Amino acid sequence: MHNMPADPTLHHAPPQGFIRKYVFSLDHKVIGKQYYGLGLLAVFTGMVLSWIMRIHLGWTNAPVPGVGFFTPVGAPGGVITPELYLQIMTMHATLMVFFVLTVAPFAAYGNFFLPIQVGAEDMPFPHFNMLSFWVTFVAFCVLVSSFFVGDGPTLAGWTAYAPLSAVGSAAGPGQGTGQVLWAAAIGIFCIGQLLGSLNFIPTTLDLRAKGMTFSRMPYTVWAWFITSLMGLTAFAVLMPACVLLILDHVAGTSFFVASNLVINDQLVPHAGGSTLLWQHLFWFFGHPEVYIAIVPGMGIVSHVLSTNLRRPLLSYKVIIGSILTIAFLSYMVYGHHMFVSGMNPASSLAFSFPTLIITIPATIIVLIWLGSIYKSRLRINSASLFALGFISMFISGGISGFFLAQPTIDIMLHATYFVVGHFHLVMAVAAIFGIFAGTYFWYPKMFGRMLDERLGKLHFWLTFVGAYCIFMPFHYLGFAANVRRYQAFVDDYTIHLIPVHRFITVAALVTGAAQFIFFYNIIHSRFWGKPAPDNPWEGTSLEWTIPSPPPFDNFGGKHPIVTHDAYQYGVDAPNGKDYVMQDAPEDIAPRAPAES
Amino acid sequence: MPVDVNEIEKSVSTPRLGGSGHDRPPRMNANDGRLRALQDGSPPPGSTAIWVGIAAITMTFAALTSALVVRQGSGMDWQRLALPNILFLNTLVLLVSSVTLELFRRDFLPATGNGVTSHANGLWLYATLALGLVFVGGQYVAWKQLQGEGVYLASNPSSSFFYLLTAAHALHVLGGLGGLLYIVTKLQRTTLRKSTLDVATKYWHFMDVLWVYLLVLLWAKL
Repeated sequence: MHNMPADPTLHHAPPQGFIRKYVFSLDHKVIGKQYYGLGLLAVFTGMVLSWIMRIHLGWTNAPVPGVGFFTPVGAPGGVITPELYLQIMTMHATLMVFFVLTVAPFAAYGNFFLPIQVGAEDMPFPHFNMLSFWVTFVAFCVLVSSFFVGDGPTLAGWTAYAPLSAVGSAAGPGQGTGQVLWAAAIGIFCIGQLLGSLNFIPTTLDLRAKGMTFSRMPYTVWAWFITSLMGLTAFAVLMPACVLLILDHVAGTSFFVASNLVINDQLVPHAGGSTLLWQHLFWFFGHPEVYIAIVPGMGIVSHVLSTNLRRPLLSYKVIIGSILTIAFLSYMVYGHHMFVSGMNPASSLAFSFPTLIITIPATIIVLIWLGSIYKSRLRINSASLFALGFISMFISGGISGFFLAQPTIDIMLHATYFVVGHFHLVMAVAAIFGIFAGTYFWYPKMFGRMLDERLGKLHFWLTFVGAYCIFMPFHYLGFAANVRRYQAFVDDYTIHLIPVHRFITVAALVTGAAQFIFFYNIIHSRFWGKPAPDNPWEGTSLEWTIPSPPPFDNFGGKHPIVTHDAYQYGVDAPNGKDYVMQDAPEDIAPRAPAES
Repeated sequence: MPVDVNEIEKSVSTPRLGGSGHDRPPRMNANDGRLRALQDGSPPPGSTAIWVGIAAITMTFAALTSALVVRQGSGMDWQRLALPNILFLNTLVLLVSSVTLELFRRDFLPATGNGVTSHANGLWLYATLALGLVFVGGQYVAWKQLQGEGVYLASNPSSSFFYLLTAAHALHVLGGLGGLLYIVTKLQRTTLRKSTLDVATKYWHFMDVLWVYLLVLLWAKL
């Protein structure tokens, strides 16, 4: 290892005692694990909620086991009421989008690996970092608390469209306290993520080790850096929007509620507000959020693939440039979520055009992945399988995006299951596959134990096939005009689609059950897994130069000196290896490529 | 060409500017628990973080500005609001506070760690604190004046935005005052770093710029 002795003084002293070590820790690695744990908790909760929804959609009048016990009002005799269905749908989506898709790939992995991969001993502001997690955790608690107060959580959907979200309890169960708690939780969540960006950006810009130039940064570092830039601008807009929504509820203001609105025979005491204002503010955040969820996955997949392909991807610079282009364009396309809001057709066109343009850098990235895999000797393991799965899901979900980007088609499909299929594949499942790829790849480094590869591969195949069984039929349902967000299908044109819903429900239950293989694997391996070597995948980036798990100060009191690119694979190194670590002394640089 | 490792080590141990990717990461604490000069010469991350913070705050107020413009154009209920005159006096107070903080910053000489303690005329810092408090107090007076005229948060969308924007700004100023109090404690322990002071000063000046922008916005749109 090529590095410099470091001054023993650290950002902060090693923690003493359980509380400082594991609860209010300043160590970026512990904070990363805390975020990961929060993500697991949220994904489990969100998954159970999706099961309840799916059972209800398949067998609408059948009692759902256990639900009646928790909410006798929402599910008398266990049969879910329409209101409870919408509440569960809202909480499922909110938990998944904010506390899973944002937390796990960005906050969890980013916290753990960003400082290590750039060669730093910690984030520059450990107290803000700790605060970031705990603020996010408080946001989670506030959100979940809405299950237990008043008439339950909001039913306005994760997009919380006004006026439904702004008029209070007259609009239905959960629209009073539940909606305020939702807005408060999301506002608090935004603060937590802004604190995260406050650390991620200076870490990348200022704390890189000697020799770690921009062009030597791993894909993941770029991905987290770009994501933190997007988060900085997106969450800073959503937060004041949530404040306005809360004020409409508790202070009698009229930001989002129009005049003379009558809901459930009650005249709403607001006047003059703009319902579309919420949509503009929300989607200015909402579309970048899609990329906040997926860009870290792109980084992870590129990182994992390159390691397992044993050669660099076709073009480092083009991938980074494409991700930067996607991030830039993500602010110009948000209006495509509002094609059915009655906007001027010229405005629709203005948003449609960049929406189609943004597919170009996304396609370029996919082509580079596929081109790099072509005729390669890919090492098949759980991480590389999930990386391939990510690409598959991203392509499948992305193709339907071409249709939805065009207003004339979107108007027909917007309120149908076609959109549900699209965004679940391209944003949710793809991002989750990126999270899984990251877990199988980095678990040995994070916990010092190897995961069970056989279980990992079983988990992959069940999840891969299951995800397609769940989400591809959604597209068919959409073409059949099956309206989304409905809790029951009683119209003539939807009744014959119920068998499809039942098939999806069974697939969802089986695929969800398959996740227990994953839960078992990560818990069992934590204690009884094979001890992990420092570099189990023969990787080149800095996280593989240090012990598994890393010591408190990451590099054992030394500062690495980076002399190589992040992906020096497929080379004929003098030590007989086919790779050169980033901190390897220059005199063992590759002599000749092993393959062209 | 192979690189001489000894040369690399020599260059790392030599203090120089240039920053990340070219030097060792800066450490945040003093070796002896007291003042520490940034011997490695890397730019302190705070100098980047302050711009990150300013960008986030700018986005927040940009969102609120766009909300104001959209809301004003969406209904027929928008009423003009006469701004309390004390706002202009408050503006003057805040601008002067920036001057006093800048005087303090320019007067400040950090300790070198060789037995030389930091030096600064703390009077300017305390004056900044006092003026900051006067500003927030003045904003409170403005709110009370409006309430005295029967103009409350929910009276009209224009008053809603007035209270919202001024309160959001005042909260940020209070945050800045918290930062200045932190500077005071650091100054008293002689562990104040120049970079910390620079960050606090940038933030405080930004509060000025933000307030002047808000005042123009409120004057023009309300």
